[in-house]
Amino acid sequence: MKKYDAIVIGAGHNGLANAAFLAKAGLNVVCLEKNDYIGGAAVSRELYKDWKYSNCSYVCSLLRPEIYRDLELHKHGLQVTPYGGSVQFMENGDYFASYHDPEAAHREIARHSKHDADAYTRYSTDTMRQCRLIRDFLLRTAPDPTSFKPKDIKELILLGNKFLELGEDRLYETLRFWTMSVADYLDEYFEKDVVKTAFSGSGIIGTALGIHSPGTAYVLLHHYMGDVDGNVGTWGFARGGMGAVSDSLAGAVQAYGGEVRSEAGVDQIIVKHNRVKGVALENGEEIYAPVVVSNMDVKRTFLNCMDEKDLPENFYKRVKNFKIRGSSGKLNIALDGMPTFPALPKGSELIGNADMHFIDSMERMELAYDDWKDGTWSKDPYIDCTIPSAVDPTMTPPGKHFMSCFVQYCPAQIEGRAWTSEERDGFTKSVIDQISNYSPDFKDLILHVETRTPQDIEDQIGITEGNIFHGELTMDQLLFNRPVPGYAQYRAPVNGLYMCGSSTHPGGGVMAAPGANAAREILYDLKLKNTVPENFGDD
Amino acid sequence: MIDKYDAIVIGAGHNGLVCSALLAKAGKKVLVLEANNQVGGAAITREFAEGYSASACAHLLYQLQPQVEKDLNLNLKLASKNMSTIVLSKGSEHVSYCGSKVTGVNDSDQKNFEEFTKRMTKFADLLKPYLNKAPPRLGTKNKKDLFTLAMLGFDLRRMGQVEMREFLRLIGMNIYDELDERFENPLLKGGLSLDSVLGTHLGPRSPNTILTYLYRMAGKHGEISLPEGGMGSVSKALSDCAEAAGVEIKTNAQVKKVLLAKGAATGVELNDGTVYNSEIVVSNADPKKTMLELVGARNVETRFTHRVDNIRMKGNAAKLHIALNKLPTIKGFSDADYGQRILIAPDESYVEKAFNPAKYRKSSPQPIMEITFPSVNDDSLAPSGGHVMSAIVQYAPYKHKSDWNEEARNNFKNAIYNVLKQYMPDIESCIHAMELLTPVDLENEFHITGGHWHHGEFTLDQFMFVRPVAGSAQYQMPIDGLYLCGAGSHPGGGISGASGRNAAQVILKKGNK
Repeated sequence: MKKYDAIVIGAGHNGLANAAFLAKAGLNVVCLEKNDYIGGAAVSRELYKDWKYSNCSYVCSLLRPEIYRDLELHKHGLQVTPYGGSVQFMENGDYFASYHDPEAAHREIARHSKHDADAYTRYSTDTMRQCRLIRDFLLRTAPDPTSFKPKDIKELILLGNKFLELGEDRLYETLRFWTMSVADYLDEYFEKDVVKTAFSGSGIIGTALGIHSPGTAYVLLHHYMGDVDGNVGTWGFARGGMGAVSDSLAGAVQAYGGEVRSEAGVDQIIVKHNRVKGVALENGEEIYAPVVVSNMDVKRTFLNCMDEKDLPENFYKRVKNFKIRGSSGKLNIALDGMPTFPALPKGSELIGNADMHFIDSMERMELAYDDWKDGTWSKDPYIDCTIPSAVDPTMTPPGKHFMSCFVQYCPAQIEGRAWTSEERDGFTKSVIDQISNYSPDFKDLILHVETRTPQDIEDQIGITEGNIFHGELTMDQLLFNRPVPGYAQYRAPVNGLYMCGSSTHPGGGVMAAPGANAAREILYDLKLKNTVPENFGDD
Repeated sequence: MIDKYDAIVIGAGHNGLVCSALLAKAGKKVLVLEANNQVGGAAITREFAEGYSASACAHLLYQLQPQVEKDLNLNLKLASKNMSTIVLSKGSEHVSYCGSKVTGVNDSDQKNFEEFTKRMTKFADLLKPYLNKAPPRLGTKNKKDLFTLAMLGFDLRRMGQVEMREFLRLIGMNIYDELDERFENPLLKGGLSLDSVLGTHLGPRSPNTILTYLYRMAGKHGEISLPEGGMGSVSKALSDCAEAAGVEIKTNAQVKKVLLAKGAATGVELNDGTVYNSEIVVSNADPKKTMLELVGARNVETRFTHRVDNIRMKGNAAKLHIALNKLPTIKGFSDADYGQRILIAPDESYVEKAFNPAKYRKSSPQPIMEITFPSVNDDSLAPSGGHVMSAIVQYAPYKHKSDWNEEARNNFKNAIYNVLKQYMPDIESCIHAMELLTPVDLENEFHITGGHWHHGEFTLDQFMFVRPVAGSAQYQMPIDGLYLCGAGSHPGGGISGASGRNAAQVILKKGNK
């Protein structure tokens, strides 16, 4: 029986970031992880001999640079390599690529549509403007608009001013952007179907909505607002796989004197007289601390690890109805060599260096969503396919490759019941067949496939329905509504209990912002000096 | 012929009539020009088969703003009021709701329904005053705008913390999840889903459908009535009121263009070349028609044109009129039940599935319907013994893949028959004549771009501050003296009269300065 100043449940990247900032402030912290490896959904695992699999999250961009700098993650081995762009394979044998280099991007779009190439400039400017606005909110706690506390009012005024600074015209644009569908948003710029399709993918990744559902334009933003080395909108691979992010954060925790313990699954959060006392582990051990922070999603935290009677009725009901829907699956594949894609010019830098998608029309995108609504996986899915080993040689033996296929949509259950093994095979086949249509030698190169449905992700990592954002990014679950209206400031309705996972503002995507923001609020309550960065140095 | 007026209103739709009447009451000399041969725009009653008449587009009255009735001293004759909504089951276990009461469901649903309508009514009441005035501009230092915004904030807070939080949570949400959370009965959920998607390009799973539901409640808390003599009598009452105030109304007078000089409106020219002069031109036509056709894209700034061009207004609702020899049999129906609002929307998923094909420019193989038999309470509409069925049928996308060729129409008609037969087994033997109006037909008959009832999708990105387009939500178009007064402007469609009334207020205020 040991006593700590604070216990963090779950060594996902947010839990680790939270623990690191608390440890940095001088608290005696322990971070508990149920699995025998740390990282939650940001891991590199050897699931096939000599291969490292980023088997959950697979790319890196949203990790807040302030956190990276502040916790000196580079010293703990984190290195992010930017990569190329994206490519859309088309049914007619052509392809459409997007590049970060504006000149190349323009030229490529013009190959498909002159009109769209011109519109692209306007599109980038407008989208980037929305990014700049939202980036300011990421490392801040969302104010409660219903509160009269000076702290909330001050923050509301500050945010209000940020909006006013936009000016009348931009304000309207922002208002529309936050509420419209990604398809409608793109329709205002582009005419060519494949161009729209290429940009629309970011509006639905990890989301149980279709490209035509209002609110998906905002989700697009969620995939644009990150950066690598200050290049906003760029994505990168963590060298050594996504586990490198978690390992570096764990390194930071330990460097500040904190502890990280694996194989320590929490069974129950101990509460007495509306105050948290500590946690009981699955092995019966009890650990005490006046502060307990949960990196688990809200459903798991409050519905699985607590007593209903310890929570206010309304809060419990809201958590129960919190929307956290399994909508994405994953295939992780070990390859004997680099597959060829005949549509691309020989020696194209795009091979292995870009996100590859095998869907080329808005209609196919939406049909993929209709399958999900019908309770099954998309028969013609949207796949975000990357080959990180092309950029990072540490992932696989020389000449071999690791391919990560993120698949939208894939339900947690089939028509309301568990997946059968035939259905899993069917899902795997849908993905492999779609890729094979564009890569004749792909099937022959496959050495090993790991298929993960949302249910697998939940079973292994613990995220309810395997939702990558720990909860849908719809308006009713964003900002001051996330996770539950009135409890958006990381404090649970039990004294001493906090939330620091992606169920809280600003949501998922390996940002580490929820973890950092929660640490700031905890230190505020403990009246300790703040160790968490807040202002945006780059913008 | 040159005539000079204080104001010219293009289109004698209900909003145009409301606007002109209010302007005339304030002493303006007003001319209303209507392209069709009768007033009313989409709110008319017309014969569709010999001896049988129906409201050609909108057929129920539930959103007419009380302020409009009051300002104009309207005294509408109603064939029936406070109608119930009956959601049909294939057996005889129909669900019926009216106000906050619902029958045919279990106790918990009854209790929840009461709570649900109470809350929705409260939220609708909160929105109501803001629907009945021009929206404030955002991001300006104008004191009046800031005051209106502050009042909105104050009104929100005044509801109390719990309700305000709930409002902020619900306003962007979809109806599907909310209904699923609250209710058990599939018919009840189906019916409320239909209420939330009627006239829109949205399914119950689409975020934003709570807003459309609230909008529906914002007139008279969802109280539904049927005007005697069909919707045309409402327009007739409005035009009588306008004429009594001195408004001159010309029918068969289609405006070809708005005349301009030095960036200001000077009058209008008709198709036949007649010119009428006025420094104030108010358009009841939709924003696309007004700005792109009547004014012309080259007369406004490109950015503005671009925005107008991007307004989403492709209709999705078809109108069905059936002349009946007798009323069809519906299991478990009393005589009085035929006089209510009847829905075919058996469950939430059914409604969502009906929506799916519309996304791919196809019509629903199993459509949802809002049905009335207006002749049950109003014998002026059909010959004795005969009856009229008037129904809104969704989804029938304006941009159909086939451009609504004969085959597509027949397919949709068959789909409608098949659905109707499931609930009214003898329907075929009752049919004397039938008329189906797709959004394309509605566009042609009523000159509404895209055949969209609301003159533009009713979604958050086209709502309030940004309706019809960003920067022009205050009825004044970027041409001096040109105003919008139709449903394309704030707050939106439905026979509400709010747009017309708000526009009149803005115009009069300008004139007084």
